Amino acid sequence: MALDKDNILQQLAEIIAEETGIRPEDITPTKSFADDLDIDSLSIMTIFTLAEDAFGVEIPDDAVKDLATVQDAVDLIANA
Amino acid sequence: MSAAPSATDPLTVVTGLGATTPLGGDVETTWQAVLAGQPGVHALSNTWPEDYGIVTNFAATLKVPAHSVLTGPELRRADPSAQYALIAARQAWADAGAPDVAPERLAVVIASGIGGLHTMLTAWDTVRDRGARKLLPLTVPMLMPNSPAATVAIDLAARGGAHAPVSACASGAEALVLASRLIQQDLADVVVAGGTEAAIHPLTLGAFGRMRALSTRSDSPETASRPYCVTRDGFVMGEGAGALVVESAAHAHARGARVHARLAGVGSTSDAYDVAPPDPTGQGQIRAMRSALRQAGPAVARAVAHVNAHATATPAGDTIEARAIVEALTEALGSRQRAEAVKVSGTKSMTGHLLGAAGAVESIFAILALRDRLAPPTINIQELDPEVTCHVVRDQPEPLPATGPLAVMNNAFGFGGHNMALVFATA
Repeated sequence: MALDKDNILQQLAEIIAEETGIRPEDITPTKSFADDLDIDSLSIMTIFTLAEDAFGVEIPDDAVKDLATVQDAVDLIANA
Repeated sequence: MSAAPSATDPLTVVTGLGATTPLGGDVETTWQAVLAGQPGVHALSNTWPEDYGIVTNFAATLKVPAHSVLTGPELRRADPSAQYALIAARQAWADAGAPDVAPERLAVVIASGIGGLHTMLTAWDTVRDRGARKLLPLTVPMLMPNSPAATVAIDLAARGGAHAPVSACASGAEALVLASRLIQQDLADVVVAGGTEAAIHPLTLGAFGRMRALSTRSDSPETASRPYCVTRDGFVMGEGAGALVVESAAHAHARGARVHARLAGVGSTSDAYDVAPPDPTGQGQIRAMRSALRQAGPAVARAVAHVNAHATATPAGDTIEARAIVEALTEALGSRQRAEAVKVSGTKSMTGHLLGAAGAVESIFAILALRDRLAPPTINIQELDPEVTCHVVRDQPEPLPATGPLAVMNNAFGFGGHNMALVFATA
């Protein structure tokens, strides 16, 4: 999987935006899912279920549980 | 708290109406189409007949799709049945002037006949084809039958209880029965009540078809829904939602609300006869109507001039109900002749059968008939069934008494033998 992280961020932001209604430009690497973006755990699970299909990767549920920021999510997908 | 209602008979009024139907994305558009006798039924464009052997490949789908009304996230987090309910409830709320009410005194009763069918079946496709891990986490909250009620309660911040009565095609009317009781028992000041259905799918078209409940008139979908016609051959599926803001008269009066109608009486009975066909004697239906008329009181009962009938266009159902209407009204109006003059409309001839939404949408029609003093037409009757002795309004609207007190009734019956009757009266 040779997706660069900018690319991942952009696609992930689109998925998050579509799911939550948050504007893609507000979904920046340092934002916390819970505190800054107000995305609950079920929505994060939904986002990762969709992201798995979009990026063609498999991400363990346990790893998703520990995510704090958007950058964590990008790293997780990049390394999957 | 509002002024205490009288202990015996707190008045219940309707102050808001909302709907999305096969005839329009709102109440007024829908009602004008009903008065104009416009058919909402059309052929579906799909390959279900070849793929699945579907015989009835026509239905009445929403005129204005939900995706052109709601936001992406709203659509993604709700089954179509909850989406339609949200659209109708927001309209009703706005129509009522967004009442200033304590959240704890605001309740929701939104019913569905079938529930989150599309979500359930899509989720099953996912499990079967790709495994459980690919299921979206919101699958259960989206498919459960209380989802429309919960979605509306969250949207309106209603904390006085959210209920989801399920009684097949009587569900939407049962929502109004319960709303009336919540007001009567002083458990809420305002209730947003209605019904929703989004169940047009090869599974339902196939299964209702196997009951021989659906019309098979594929050569002429627009004229397939023909209540009271001798050649009627079953109902036509529709989809949509209707919502009403039901309020205690004291609360409505205190905030200077416009009142569409009084919800003067409600009746609810069960046949205890069969899970599919209604009791052929119509006794359960008659008892529901009598009960609603009795609660409304003799003055209102005597003013009943119009019935929006359940009239789905099944061969047995229409005649049983027609007889039941005449019998129940003969008592209320004092003579069979007067009962047979009451103007009866079968608006499913235009909207199709909205199943769990039917009782709510048709109650809205009944209220608008009261407002405009105009009974809407029944279309597609080529030859009136001679067994139907009530006065059926055909093709063109017919005027109701232009002045004085006026009352109308709406019937809704559901598989399982659920019978609901609602009486609305001028305020």
